[in-house]
Amino acid sequence: MKGKFIAGGAVIAATLAYMIYAGVTQSTVYFVTPSELRAAPVVGKAYRLGGLVQAGSLTWEPRSLDLSFALSDGKVTVPVRHKGTPPDLFGEGRGAVVEGSWTADGYFKASLILAKHSEEYKAPHDGDATGGRDLIRTLQGEGR
Amino acid sequence: MIPELGGAAAIVALALALWGAVVSAIGARTGRPALVLSAQHAALGVFVLVTACFALLTYAFLTFDFSVRYVAINTNLGTPFYYRITGVWGALEGSIILWTWMLALYTLIVILRHRESAHEFYPWVLTVMLSVMAFFLLVITVAAPPFARLAPVPADGRGLNPLLEDTGMITHPIALYLGFTGVTVPFAFALAALITGRVGDAWITLTRRWAIIAWYFLSLGLLIGGWWSYHVLGWGGYWAWDPVENAAFMPWLTATAFLHSVMVQERRRMLKLWNISLVIITFGLTLFGTFLTRSGVIASVHAFTQGAIGAFFLSFLALVLLTALGLLAWRWDALGAQGELDSVVSRESAFLLNNVLLVAAAFTVFFGTVFPLLSEAVRGVKMSVGAPFFNQVNVPLFLALIFLMGVGPLIAWRRASPDNLLRSFLWPVVAGGAAAALFSALGVRSALAVLALALTVFVAATIAVDFSRATRARLRMGERLLPAMGGLLRRHNRRYGGFIVHLGILIVTLGVTGSQAWSVQIETTLRRGEAAELAGYRVRFDGLTATEESNHFKVAGAFTVSNGRVIGILRPAKKFYPQEQSPIAGVDYRLGLGEDVYLVLGDFARDGSQATVKLQVNRLVSWIWIGGGVLTLGALLAILPDRKKPA
Repeated sequence: MKGKFIAGGAVIAATLAYMIYAGVTQSTVYFVTPSELRAAPVVGKAYRLGGLVQAGSLTWEPRSLDLSFALSDGKVTVPVRHKGTPPDLFGEGRGAVVEGSWTADGYFKASLILAKHSEEYKAPHDGDATGGRDLIRTLQGEGR
Repeated sequence: MIPELGGAAAIVALALALWGAVVSAIGARTGRPALVLSAQHAALGVFVLVTACFALLTYAFLTFDFSVRYVAINTNLGTPFYYRITGVWGALEGSIILWTWMLALYTLIVILRHRESAHEFYPWVLTVMLSVMAFFLLVITVAAPPFARLAPVPADGRGLNPLLEDTGMITHPIALYLGFTGVTVPFAFALAALITGRVGDAWITLTRRWAIIAWYFLSLGLLIGGWWSYHVLGWGGYWAWDPVENAAFMPWLTATAFLHSVMVQERRRMLKLWNISLVIITFGLTLFGTFLTRSGVIASVHAFTQGAIGAFFLSFLALVLLTALGLLAWRWDALGAQGELDSVVSRESAFLLNNVLLVAAAFTVFFGTVFPLLSEAVRGVKMSVGAPFFNQVNVPLFLALIFLMGVGPLIAWRRASPDNLLRSFLWPVVAGGAAAALFSALGVRSALAVLALALTVFVAATIAVDFSRATRARLRMGERLLPAMGGLLRRHNRRYGGFIVHLGILIVTLGVTGSQAWSVQIETTLRRGEAAELAGYRVRFDGLTATEESNHFKVAGAFTVSNGRVIGILRPAKKFYPQEQSPIAGVDYRLGLGEDVYLVLGDFARDGSQATVKLQVNRLVSWIWIGGGVLTLGALLAILPDRKKPA
């Protein structure tokens, strides 16, 4: 009796090990910096690329949903293209992590953008509130 | 002054907890009840002091005491009243206080319930629970002091993380922490069983209901977390295999395994070592989860706080595991099985397989979660496995578990006869097969979806077979139908509570299958008056409005949704909080039994002329929440005291 259970356990363990192995090899994503990616880009490999969105590089075309920007680590930059709305915490000069792959055309095609949330304590200042009221004014002005 | 009182209360509570833990152990060793009584008083004192800590912190929130750093960071003058209260546990320091308070509450209830009934275990249970409490009080006094002052005192605070301004965030942490801390009770009894050497059924009988209570709250916490993710985060899903979610899911899996394996020990006196190990692992996973979420060791959208807390939790986890391993080795001889497995086709082997699969799933989730750390440490390459990994490995495991959910409760103990198999499973197998044929004929293309649905029907049929068989037996005894069914639920509340939990899981499975297989979405930019179409729905953009709320500015779009006729107007928004670097999405949706229309406002033109939206039609998601409700009802039924034996 015991033999059967040991054999069964071994089969389950082997199956699980294989499933984990297959899962890992198929869905591993490599974390790279712009320098690391530039040094040895492999077309089609899944990367997670982290860096700062370079000032002046961001363009967003609402009608076609084309988003493009450059991620920088201070040394080199990588051009990134994405189709979709920039996420809430995304913007120039901020940190961002993109997931996707390097293309043969020389840009990084992002399928997912994760903006980085800063944990720094930041006291609210009047400028922010003015911005909000400004927004209300423009929208109401338009409505009339 | 008030904050200093809070800090002092925590220090005194720490001293009392340590005192209680030590004297209770000495009392048990030397047989001096006076010492155990002293520990009991210490535990009561700890409860009062931690309650005071919690009350004082709440007071600081309600009075906007921005001289307290934690208050200044997590609230501001515009924060609505309710969120000033929930802000208390909106971040690390307050969460630990809430956690400790719950632990103190559980200790109090254990004292009230078990000081007479659990004689030989009781002093050691006190020792373990007070030691765990001492650890959390140490965190409060040293690593994450909630009452630390801020100088200079700011005129206004930063404010709660806007994502937490939601009713789900009031209840989700409470439920989850009640689950996490609840695991401490079975853990304390398991260690007490090892220390006293009484590793038989006694500790299991005493803690069975405690385990179900912890499981109930863990389940509730996971469900509310999923609901929060779905209706607040605005990515359209309810589960992302985020490390924070995994942190709560792993102990749920091992606790589920424990709830099943105890039945084998009660019935067949096997799996003693396994059961004690499962409780220890579950407790370890609750600490590990806190370590994961609070140390910032894995970057995650949920990990709001980072700090020196990681070392504390990791050290305590190591201490717990080493102590437990030492005790297991010490009592090794007593942990052998008294029963033997008779046949592969039997209930005990179905339960055993269920346990192996649940633990395998927990291991998979653990592996996937720590994979980035492992690869970085071992190979120096940082990489991760995402949702595809978790789905690929776990989906087969969960499908097998659902199959066993049908087999386990009906198959005979010891050795199932062909007659038993035929009587129990003929109709369910036929029903499952018919369902598979039907769904294929209806054009369900995904083989996985067909399999999941067929298994769901199979298991539902086994529950129906069992319930109708038991009801018929009672009808033959002359009872009427409804009293017979009610009597079954009440007299065999554990068994039928379990069945109702299974039913809930099936309904959740239906929701998950449907939403994964049939949901659709588009992302598009609309000019005013323009409409997008998806799955028979037309969504027209009518314009934007902006308003000033108490603590934020809100820009909301108006979108008319119709499918032939007008269904309603959805108003997804973007909320601009002064303390945040960028806006927070406010999702709007229309929930339905068949499908939800779910709309997220992305970008918009400042003159209100156009807006970018993500439109989703999510199928059957509501059944996840409905199934969750059924599941928790079943767990509540199982928690009710046994009525089988007349008192």
